[in-house]
Amino acid sequence: MLIKRLIKRFVDPIDPWLLLFVALLVGVSLMTIFSASNQSFDKINSKLVSVVVALSAMWVVSNLKPVQLMWLAPQLYTFGMVLLIGVALFGDITNGARRWLDIGVARIQPSELMKLAVPMMLAWYFDRHEASLKLKHFAVAALLIGMPMALVLKQPDLGTALLIGAAGFYVLFFAGLSWRIILGGLAGLAVAIPFVIWPLMHDYQRERVMTMIDPMADPLGNGYHIIQSTIAIGSGGVFGKGWLKGTQTHLDFIPERTTDFVFAVYAEEFGLIGNILLLILYLCVIGRGLMIANNASSLFGRLLAGALTLSFFTYLFVNMGMVSGILPVVGVPLPLVSYGGTAMLSILIGFGMLMAIQRDRKLMKS
Amino acid sequence: MSRRTVLRDHHGERYSFQLRLVVVITGVLIGFAILLSRFVYLQVMKHDKYHTLAESNRISLVPIPPSRGIITDRNGVVLAHNYSAYTLEITQSKLGEKLDATIDRLAEFIDITAKDRRRFKKLLDESKDFESLPIKTRLSDEEVARFAAQAFRFPGVEVKARLFRQYPMGESASHLVGYIGRLNDGDLKRLDADGRLPNYKGTDHIGKFGLEQSYEQVLHGTTGYEQVETDAGGRAIRALNSTQATPGNNLVLTVDIKLQQVVEQAFGERRGALLAIEPSTGGILAMVSRPGFDPNLFVDGIDPVSWKELNDATSRPLNNRAIQGLYPPGSTFKPFMALAALETGKRRPSDAISDPGYFIMGNNRWRDDAVHGHGMVDMHKSIVVSCNTYYYRLANDMGIDAISNFMGPLGFGSRTGVDLPGEKEGILPSQAWKRRAFKRKEQQRWLAGDTISIGNGQGFNTYTIIQMAQSTATLVNNGVQYRPHLVQYIEDSVSRERRALETVPAKQLPYKPEHIEVIKQAMVATNMQGTSSTAFRGAPYTSGGKTGTAQVYSLKGAKYNASSTREELRDHALFIAFAPADKPRIALAMIVENAGFGAAHAAPIARKAFDYYLLGKLPSQEAKPAAGAVAPTAEAQAPIPEITSHSHAD
Repeated sequence: MLIKRLIKRFVDPIDPWLLLFVALLVGVSLMTIFSASNQSFDKINSKLVSVVVALSAMWVVSNLKPVQLMWLAPQLYTFGMVLLIGVALFGDITNGARRWLDIGVARIQPSELMKLAVPMMLAWYFDRHEASLKLKHFAVAALLIGMPMALVLKQPDLGTALLIGAAGFYVLFFAGLSWRIILGGLAGLAVAIPFVIWPLMHDYQRERVMTMIDPMADPLGNGYHIIQSTIAIGSGGVFGKGWLKGTQTHLDFIPERTTDFVFAVYAEEFGLIGNILLLILYLCVIGRGLMIANNASSLFGRLLAGALTLSFFTYLFVNMGMVSGILPVVGVPLPLVSYGGTAMLSILIGFGMLMAIQRDRKLMKS
Repeated sequence: MSRRTVLRDHHGERYSFQLRLVVVITGVLIGFAILLSRFVYLQVMKHDKYHTLAESNRISLVPIPPSRGIITDRNGVVLAHNYSAYTLEITQSKLGEKLDATIDRLAEFIDITAKDRRRFKKLLDESKDFESLPIKTRLSDEEVARFAAQAFRFPGVEVKARLFRQYPMGESASHLVGYIGRLNDGDLKRLDADGRLPNYKGTDHIGKFGLEQSYEQVLHGTTGYEQVETDAGGRAIRALNSTQATPGNNLVLTVDIKLQQVVEQAFGERRGALLAIEPSTGGILAMVSRPGFDPNLFVDGIDPVSWKELNDATSRPLNNRAIQGLYPPGSTFKPFMALAALETGKRRPSDAISDPGYFIMGNNRWRDDAVHGHGMVDMHKSIVVSCNTYYYRLANDMGIDAISNFMGPLGFGSRTGVDLPGEKEGILPSQAWKRRAFKRKEQQRWLAGDTISIGNGQGFNTYTIIQMAQSTATLVNNGVQYRPHLVQYIEDSVSRERRALETVPAKQLPYKPEHIEVIKQAMVATNMQGTSSTAFRGAPYTSGGKTGTAQVYSLKGAKYNASSTREELRDHALFIAFAPADKPRIALAMIVENAGFGAAHAAPIARKAFDYYLLGKLPSQEAKPAAGAVAPTAEAQAPIPEITSHSHAD
């Protein structure tokens, strides 16, 4: 009896659907990384370790109540801001960018934390002012997004800044930001790109955009990744070359093939069919996430769940778009599939929050 | 919270949220549709094209490495160039058998030495399996032909034509020219971080030392590429289109390699360094560091045995002593101390002291080498006879911070900024320096006694030879200071256009011309009738100089005797000089390590350098001037002072 109760206690907070999709995606990840790393069991082992760590973190978070998440939101946000300022002042410089903070025991990348803390903070803020949402609240919210964005942009890390901005924007959108402002903002952006943003960009960022438009302009440098990954995807055809049989992969043509470009390996070996299956799998995750958002009992839950799910979509869209050559190269891994523990950890913590929101609703019902 | 929600228009809000949800779902679906259509486009519509591209990667991009810029001396003598040769290369991942078996079979008809094998093993450790690495470089035509006949037996082994770097001068000027070596992981990471990695596709060497390292970006050039159609075996069938490589630019140095070699020969087996500067430009005419090494050893990847030999040798041949060796300046510091005294108003040239042969402060005595002293000594005489007592007292009168404040701008104790990597800073002591340098409180305080021997260039101070040479050049150039540099022009390899580097003086130091004249006159007299007069006897030009001897080892009360002291503990011989006196064209500083007396061992080398540079005279073999003839009698027999920081006057 006791064991049964213990198991129930253990399983209870978990959302079986999300867990199933995560398991399938991790399966895809292990197979692809095994192939991409020339069948290295070391890589598989260390990937498995990070999966176990991330799943444990997910379980812990899924046990929290949304009220506790709300309590955490401003704390995490403040903590993240302090770290970001710390990075700006004392951060370590790796590859010319100041992104890491050395806290003695470990080096941490606070911008990663902000991807979760910003939507939490905004959801918390709107929930507090739920009864009387006015334009001024949206202005304050924009400031809450803008500050961490500016700090991350200064590192400089345009990609992450945009992802943080997107996560924040999704909360604004779900909270009911007026269409006039959204459309006006979009129009403004379209005008600003050639006149304001382009001149402000760093040379290497401009190069990446140019590379996307014409990869052959610099085939040995920036274009190389894109050319090789498109060849890999295209040569996969409808049915793919089969697991462990991708020639581009095994001839070392694909750069970063276990991390950011892992999708090229997958697409070469599993073809269009595999891609469609993967897209369906991702669609299921997004569908489940939006369903949780729709069912959430509080505004906080709705906004947070919606924003986290859309962020997840953004990651996979940007990554697949980049690898297949329709978006510029930014360092975004393919969620749950790329090798790399930090990204996996933050995504599964996000899933833990989704589960916490979902469980809260179950409790209310019963 | 939920209480509040219940009171609100729950349904209205839900409705608006759901409306947004519908928009979002539409957006997501559009996103997926975009991705899907991209996949269909690549994998179905363009599949044939990409299939062909991938099939044995039929169109491959072959980088064309640029040829590296050439380095010549000021007269156009080549110091580093490239030549084309055949190499035998092995790609380990393509071998069908054990590596050693392949090498053994190759050795049956191509001469592969044990050294080649060791070198190859080391390369292998530093590279990836799929890289093509040279087992033997510089194949003869006959060897190429022999391999061609057997090639079918050796999958994964190829003969390739490559450009090789060669240093025709060998050991000569090796420290300044430097060498290139194979790219290693550290180099690749650094290039990647700088965004320069793409330009190194197809290049497997990079500057590792000397000018080859500091001017890497100038010398390397821009990599071109060729789109090549290949067959299934990866062999090129035809080139589709190509962008030519732009060769690296050439360096034209300020160095006169003949002068360099005259000095190197004059050093012989002795260890030391010499740095000669053109005072009116700061251009370095010669930069000698002995012993040297053969930079050609590094080009193909040095074999571990030779590397160990070079690296472990106690004589440290890989150190560039001219910019990395730190030495106390000894008495060569005196002219600068004298100038400091004039400029700060502490002394007039005519102020004289009576030298009893020692200086006393508190319970301590600092000795002069002339046991009974030099009698009445004014500033001129103090330099000519190298009187220690004069400078003990002067240093004490000035105080350490005044000395340090004067010597700092002259360049002592800070990097000159010469265009070579690894320059050392040295120590210009001051009260602040001692507080930083020592941990324990009681050691941090500057003692009045610390100052005394600084006046004679002993004690805490250590400088590089290049700092001493720059200061000498600045002094004789009337305070106009240039940054010492080795590269005169960068020559565009295509247009042959020359771009001059460094034409503007670094700064003008505010010394009174009459003060500088006093010092110069005294240094001229030193070469005429003073400590270094033997070496310069009969020179058809007037020159100025100052000898010095720097103590290596504190004798703690024992008698210093050059012949009985172990060689590595013997004193260093130093010398600074310039010529001609009225309008100096060359200024130098030098050291002969563990040689003993400066006048006997260092000055004759400077004489040979001046004779060559000013008169075009090459030293004849039999005329071995005075080295050893002038026995350091005064010095060898000098009683050892009570203070451990003793100083030799010379």
